[in-house]
Amino acid sequence: MAVFTVPHIKISGISACVPKQTEDNAQFELLPENERALFIKTVGIRFRRVAPAGTTASDLCYAAADKLLTDLGWDRNEIKLLVFITQTPDYLIPNTSSILQEKLGLPKTCMAFDANLGCSGYVYGLSMAGSILQNMPGGKALLLVGDISTATISMEDKSTAPLFSDAGTATALEYTESGKVHFNLQTDGREFDDIIIPDGGYRNRYNPKSEEYIEYEKGIRRNNLQMKLDGVKIFNFALREIALNINTLFDEKQVDRALVDYYVFHQANLLMLESVRKKLKVETEKVPYSLYDYGNTSSATIPVTMVTKLREQLMYSKRHLLLSGFGVGLSWGSAYIETENIVCPEIFEV
Amino acid sequence: MLLEEFTKKFAECFNQTDPAAIKPETEFRKLEEWGSMMALIVIATIDADFGKTVTSDDLKNANTVADLFGIVKNK
Repeated sequence: MAVFTVPHIKISGISACVPKQTEDNAQFELLPENERALFIKTVGIRFRRVAPAGTTASDLCYAAADKLLTDLGWDRNEIKLLVFITQTPDYLIPNTSSILQEKLGLPKTCMAFDANLGCSGYVYGLSMAGSILQNMPGGKALLLVGDISTATISMEDKSTAPLFSDAGTATALEYTESGKVHFNLQTDGREFDDIIIPDGGYRNRYNPKSEEYIEYEKGIRRNNLQMKLDGVKIFNFALREIALNINTLFDEKQVDRALVDYYVFHQANLLMLESVRKKLKVETEKVPYSLYDYGNTSSATIPVTMVTKLREQLMYSKRHLLLSGFGVGLSWGSAYIETENIVCPEIFEV
Repeated sequence: MLLEEFTKKFAECFNQTDPAAIKPETEFRKLEEWGSMMALIVIATIDADFGKTVTSDDLKNANTVADLFGIVKNK
């Protein structure tokens, strides 16, 4: 089991940025009006943010990071590591983290790399950045996590279009003598095609047929350059694995469940998350939701929820958080982390 | 697990359909309210109340509530 502890790290700050343009699922014409109301009530998503053409995930993450570094008052020359988690990079080649390193004014002594992960990306990213940073006494790192998933979906596909939203986030990490984070990370590649963009990579290269629209059923029409999501399979995956993953982390690391102040879940689907909450026997007050206002922003949902729902508590007190991300891959993981007095600017628009 | 209890829980998933109108012989996919959202609600309910996983194929292979009960019971 990939259950492990990363010592000597702490979160010093978190920020999140979203595009101005907002879509309202109450006006989503692909669903009949009564289904729209049921969708908003059941899935829990009302508003979605959409990046205009020309704005990338790295632009949103850059804005979040620039604001955070300014608020932290960090000397950018001290940053030794930049990790960028996205499934919507600027280019296929090169890695976007190099572009961000330059744009943010980070020194050449900073290591930087991308990782292709979606819904589990924040938790995985914390583990990657933390694992490296723990070997750098006095070191500082940036974890940038974001996607413009709306660029990957068909607006004629009711199984994806009302779910996805765009955001970019930045998390500042620091080496510390006392801090530590527990992780439980998992993978099941048997279901790799439950969430997939089939064409445009190197298994199925772009070809003229890639752009042909196919109607799979009424209200589900897309091409092979757009995201397919098998909602029922992902729903069952979450019911099967997430509470188990979290309970395993608690048991293996002997975490006292009574100490957990909040469970911050990947914001996929309210019904799904409420089912997981009930399996964990956790009170409703301990599970914040941001999906009504910001939708499913892929890997960014956990920091977006922290910034929008827990901001004051994170800024002015000590909190014990269980973070849980799960989805595309299939890839999932949880992290148990203590935070104290972190810098957390309000979410902002670009 | 009894068919009667299963049917009651299944009927409670619906918002606009009269629960009394849902019986073991009801062809649930023909109900006006049935759709992808209802499928998720039914899956979550059966998972929570009976501890069984219902797949897309299970829902497609069942015509009536009693059919679905049979599939779930044999899991």
